[in-house]
Order: sequence, then C-alpha cells, then structure tokens
Amino acid sequence: MKRNLKYNLVWLLIAVVGWILINVLEGVGIIDQFAETTLVLIGINIILASGLNLIIGFSGQFSLGHAGFMALGAYAAALVTQAMPTELGLALGIIIGMILAGVVALIIGIPTLRLKGDYLAIATMGAAEIIRIILINLKITNGPAGLYGLPQLASWSTVYVLVVVTTVLTVNFIHSRNGRAVMSVREDEIAAESMGINTTKFKVAAFVFGGMTAAIGGALHATYIQTIAPNDFGIMESISILIIVVMGGIGSMTGTFAAAILLGVLDMVLQSFGALRMVLYSLALILIMVFRPKGLFGTWEFSVKRLFNRKKRAKEEV
Amino acid sequence: MSVLLEVKDLTKNFGGLAAVSNVNMHLDDNELIALIGPNGAGKTTLFNLMTGQTVPSAGSITLRTDSGVQVLNGRKPYKIADMGLARTFQNIRLFKELSVLDNVLISMTSKNKEGLVSSLFRLPAFYKTEARLVKEAMDLLKIFHMQDLADTTANNMPYGAQRRLEIVRALATKPKILFLDEPAAGMNPEETAALTATIRQIQQDFGITVLLIEHDMSLVMNVAERIYVLQYGKLLAEGTPQEIQANQAVIDAYLGGGV
Repeated sequence: MKRNLKYNLVWLLIAVVGWILINVLEGVGIIDQFAETTLVLIGINIILASGLNLIIGFSGQFSLGHAGFMALGAYAAALVTQAMPTELGLALGIIIGMILAGVVALIIGIPTLRLKGDYLAIATMGAAEIIRIILINLKITNGPAGLYGLPQLASWSTVYVLVVVTTVLTVNFIHSRNGRAVMSVREDEIAAESMGINTTKFKVAAFVFGGMTAAIGGALHATYIQTIAPNDFGIMESISILIIVVMGGIGSMTGTFAAAILLGVLDMVLQSFGALRMVLYSLALILIMVFRPKGLFGTWEFSVKRLFNRKKRAKEEV
Repeated sequence: MSVLLEVKDLTKNFGGLAAVSNVNMHLDDNELIALIGPNGAGKTTLFNLMTGQTVPSAGSITLRTDSGVQVLNGRKPYKIADMGLARTFQNIRLFKELSVLDNVLISMTSKNKEGLVSSLFRLPAFYKTEARLVKEAMDLLKIFHMQDLADTTANNMPYGAQRRLEIVRALATKPKILFLDEPAAGMNPEETAALTATIRQIQQDFGITVLLIEHDMSLVMNVAERIYVLQYGKLLAEGTPQEIQANQAVIDAYLGGGV
C-alpha cells in the first residue's frame, strides 16, 4: 500500500514540475504567445488521442468518428459559455458536452459495435458525418458559419490540468479489472466471452469513455480558439487524431503523448516553410512509419514502478 | 451422485447437415468423462452447444445450480461461463499479447466485478482486491508450475505451456464443469503423460466435473470413468472404458468395420 502511494506521489510530482516549468519558461519569455498556442493544441490533441487510443488500441475497435464526439463537446461548451461567460459556465459546458457525447456514443455504439474492422470504421465515420450535418442545419449552432467570438475561458493551465486528469483516469481505467476485460476483447472475443466477460458491455464502455474524453478536447478547443464551425470536425480531424495514435503506437499511452508532442512541435517548426509545410509533414509521417511500423513506442509504457524496481534490483546486485 | 448437467434430444442443423442429432447425455458430480469419435463426428459442435457459442436447433441443456435447475440454451456464452461452465479451445485461444498473469486475472473478472468509480479513482479497496486476486492467480499458476512464467507474454511460451495456461485460465473462472477440447493435441508422449496426471489432479483437487474430447486413446482409457462415443452427430455408445473397448459398433466406427 505504501509503495503504491510512493508511485502516485512521483507521478503527482512530475505533473507539478511540468506545470511550474511551463510557468517559468513563460515568465522568462522563452514561451511566447505562438508557442503557448502550440502547447495548448498539443494538450488538446493528447486528450483526444488518448481517448481514441483507448477505443482502438485497448478495446481493438477501429473508430473513424472521433471528431463527431469532439464536435458535441465543442458546441455544448460554446453554447453554454455564450450564455454564461464565466469559469462556472466553462465547467458546466464541459460536463454537458461529456454527458451529451456519452449518450450519443451509447446510441451509436450499441448497434455499430457488432461490426468489426473496416465495417465498424465506416459506420463510425458515418455517425460522425451525421453529427456534422445536424450541426450545419441547426439554427442554434448558426449553421455552416459556426460560432465565433466566443469568450476565451480556457487558459493553458485549464488545458494542462485537464490533460493530467483525463490521462490519470484513462490509465487507471486501463489498469483496472474493467480495463483488463476491455483488453481481453481486443485479444480474442470468443475466448473472452467463454471466460465470463460480457464483451458487448466492455466494448460499449470503452467507446463511451473515449467519446466523453473527446468531448473534453472539443470543449477546450472551442473555448481556447474561440471560433468553431462544423467543418472543423470532419473526417480530416478524425484522421489527424488517428495519425497521433498510430504514430505513437497503438496501445501505448506513452506513445500517444510522444506523438502528440512531436507532431505539434513539427507543425510549429514547419510554419516558416510556407507551402512546403504539408509536404514535409507528410514526408515525416512516411519516414516514421517506414522505420517504426509499430509506432514510436509499440505497446511500451513508461512506468515509475518499473523504474523503481530496476533501481532496486541494480542496488541489490551491487 | 446426482446429475449436474443434462442434455436432452440435442440437435444442431447446419443447413441440411445434422452436425449433432438427438444427443442425450448427463454429467454427474465430480466425474471425469470423455467424448470420443472419428473426425467430423460433431464433438466440438456438441461442446459449442453446451457452452453457448452455438445455439441449438432443438433439444435442451439444463444445469443444476444452487437456485434449482436452469435451462442453458439461448443464454449468452458469458452468462453460461458465469454459471460455472468453463472451456479450453482446440486451437489455442489465449489472450496472446497479454502476460500469463493477466490471462488468469481476466478470467476472475466476472466473479469479482468492480464499479466504475473504483476503477477510475483507485480507492484503497482497489489495491486490496487487486492484491488478493493476484495472490489467487499466482497460487493457481503454482499448481501448474507456471509461477515463474507469470510475467511472460502468453504468445512467447512454448506450445505445451500455452495449452496448460488454457486450462489454468478456465479454472480461474471457478467452474463446476470443465470442458477440455483436445488438450493433448500436438503434444509428445511425455507431455501427454504429464497432462494425464494433471487432469486427474484437477478433478480430485478442485472437485469438479471434467468433460474431455480427445483422440489419444491411451489418455482417454487411462483417465475417463465414463465414455461417450459420437459418430455422424449421433451417440453411438456409452459406457466404461472396458465396455467401450469391447463394443463392436465402436470398433467398426474406428477401424472401418469388418476387421
């Protein structure tokens, strides 16, 4: 029990040190407005991609509809904060977005998760398109023009805290009994079912969980960027989240972090290349996939526990 | 001894083919029963019917439980597993990319459900239950001399060890009846001998009923108390190993008759 406390304290320390570090760098002027925006976008991408990694990497269900859930979170937060431009409004917006995304994920998930592989991918893509088309046609969402001039309520600290919270909750879920049941579905559905695992339930649970975290990402996007339109949440957005998951390593949260940071920084550095930017970006993707076909980290995870144990073992050997 | 699982007039048609037709069987408490028959006789289909992977066309399967006799047909496989029927697979179906320990722990999920709050926030109860389950799993692995392999990825183990893990994983669900589908397939004579001892030991130590599909007759005749013989989806004979060995119909089925 005490040892678990130690590992958790180390993680807390890492999170606090990261926060202080960014604060200091900002104070000294190394992180300017442009770099801060990049950091925030990286943070949002981490939230989005870790949820998708839970669905694809851990429950083994191939979803191409992540941007749809992101859109629900974004619009919920935008509409609530427009009516209530306070911190409370932001919190309320995020929560409403999560509930909305969770309910929609449940409705989409129960029929479509019977499908597998490519079929599921196309069905989820279709579901996200339906969400986008509804947003275009509703009056309250201001149609294709979207919502703009939203109050900027999310700061980089908000994003940072939510990255930490969603990551901790997602990782805790993965390493729980429920999480193991989710992974057994990915490994062998028939065997899992024979061992008493209600595979439908756990597939839907992972899908809903992933959808709800996507809503958090969407809400932060809306309240930081201050402008949203239905076309921000099309298939290309789903694919760019997928790229982060695949590049980091399907089934590795560490990889999702690394890939989100790497791609975010790469994108920032390439800004000065103008039209060449997308070519270089794509080239980098191709090269990474050629040399690391299983993603940067495969299924490897960084673990404080293992680090400690290794140190202890090294000491014992001396 | 009283009847634990009863199969009545069980039939399964695949299109025009009757893979299993009008089979009657009963499994009693703490029995070791073998199911044999030539290739394509419908043994695995019968297994799949009993464990819920396949839905029967006609007939019934009933299980005696603490709350009376329950009908199994039409129930989902995970519910049937929860009621105490566990199985292994002819073609190994482990959770390949997970560790040996995780393979065993997953089987304990259905008997140790957890709430969402506990899995998200890691309350002290989470660590406590987790530690208890790991200990139970390790104890089970120890019985099969696999405790040193706990952290190995299932896929990286030798074939024999993978087969053994399938049995451990099934036992971790705390079954009343264990279904073993060709556990000795692909094993050499020494491994088969070791397996024979293991199966006997399981049945005695765990006090459960075992139903075994096997082609290796030395294993079957060695361990089985009762044997069912299946041919063309129909029950051909039933009896003790001695009775089966002397049964003319069985000899004809295996040797082609007229020998």
